[in-house]
Amino acid sequence: MSETSSRDLPGYAPFDPETQPDWVVHGYHSSVSRSPGRPAIPLVQTLSELTGPVYGHGAVQPLDHDLTQNGVTDGAPLGERIIVTGQVLDEDGRAQPDTLIEIWQCNSAGRYIHTADRHDAPIDPNFFGGGRCVTDGRGCYRFITIKPAAYPWGNHPNAWRPAHIHFSLFGPAFVTRLVTQSYFPGDPLLAHDPIYMGTPVPFRDLLVMDYDPEVTEEGFALGYRFDIVLRGRRATPLEG
Amino acid sequence: MRRRQTPSQTVGPFFAFGLTPGQYGYSALTGIADGTMAGPDTPGRRLRLEGRIFDAGGETVPDAMVEIWQADATGRYPDGRSNTGFAGFGRCGTGTDPEHRFVFETIRPGPLGDGQAPHLNVILFMRGMPRHAFTRVYFADEAEANASDPVLSTVPPERRSTLLAAPGSRDGVYLFDIHLRGERETVFFEP
Repeated sequence: MSETSSRDLPGYAPFDPETQPDWVVHGYHSSVSRSPGRPAIPLVQTLSELTGPVYGHGAVQPLDHDLTQNGVTDGAPLGERIIVTGQVLDEDGRAQPDTLIEIWQCNSAGRYIHTADRHDAPIDPNFFGGGRCVTDGRGCYRFITIKPAAYPWGNHPNAWRPAHIHFSLFGPAFVTRLVTQSYFPGDPLLAHDPIYMGTPVPFRDLLVMDYDPEVTEEGFALGYRFDIVLRGRRATPLEG
Repeated sequence: MRRRQTPSQTVGPFFAFGLTPGQYGYSALTGIADGTMAGPDTPGRRLRLEGRIFDAGGETVPDAMVEIWQADATGRYPDGRSNTGFAGFGRCGTGTDPEHRFVFETIRPGPLGDGQAPHLNVILFMRGMPRHAFTRVYFADEAEANASDPVLSTVPPERRSTLLAAPGSRDGVYLFDIHLRGERETVFFEP
């Protein structure tokens, strides 16, 4: 029998309807056939939702956070080396330590290593594009990678995805799971991208990294900051 | 200071090398989890859960990812400190099976002791889905426990069957198809 009851665990705030995209996003065609047609049924959080998988520092290898090294076969990957760092917090501003972050992205030519990617741009034999790390005691993470490029995706005529990095996070519980994408500041493709534009105004900016001269390293790499905010605690915890 | 939730964005079509590298044959990264959640030494009754995901047009989805979070055979959620090797978490993409099935080799979860029937917690991700969807898998042969489950009781009776995994042809095999839309649309939750 379980030793922990749901009464011992904090409840979590719901999806924020102001910042989260709807199931169906205008102009994003596959969201029509691939999203539920009926509203989700509210679920009072139980032990099942308040617990979650634990992947700590034992789950990562030393080079997992450095995408300029973890896919090397015979040299350095091509492209612009960048540092992407930030803090994982919850809505109440609490740092989220020891949480696993997984990222994946295309290379500097706009090509994913994924075998299903048919874009006619070169594979980089020295770049894999996947990485991960675990946040430190202050909820901070840091990746070294190559700046990804735009690529065509066929959603509409002449459709190009803005350069982005995919992020996947667990947070402290099953309900704090988050998968998102992070974009680069000033990209003119953002205004034409239905996936990015599917996030309501004014919260789209939460998806865009900031250029940060403090993170930038002399003679090495430009630095970007991307903080990630997970669901916070419920004001009044509910009993499961 | 109050912060606003980072918006979710779709997992997209190319997650496999980052999130399920082992299943899809990418060797540069070792995955944290796959569809094999339990080994021969894991205590409990074997469970093989298989299913497909159908889109609004009735086509199987070949590029979805399913995640499962479940209690162990004693009804306890793993907290990372157990010695049984059972993490309670599994992940499977639908892109490596010719019929686009997801397959989890696991064990039957025990009852939690809080009135809930044995169940698996499921998150669904796919291209076209701007944010992930939560659902649950209950077992058709747990009729008595299901009848008093507090979550199932919030679901309209005519839709509860969409959350029931049915015994398959072999012992320990259960089938659970997910329908995104239509008459048999699976119930999704907002926890």
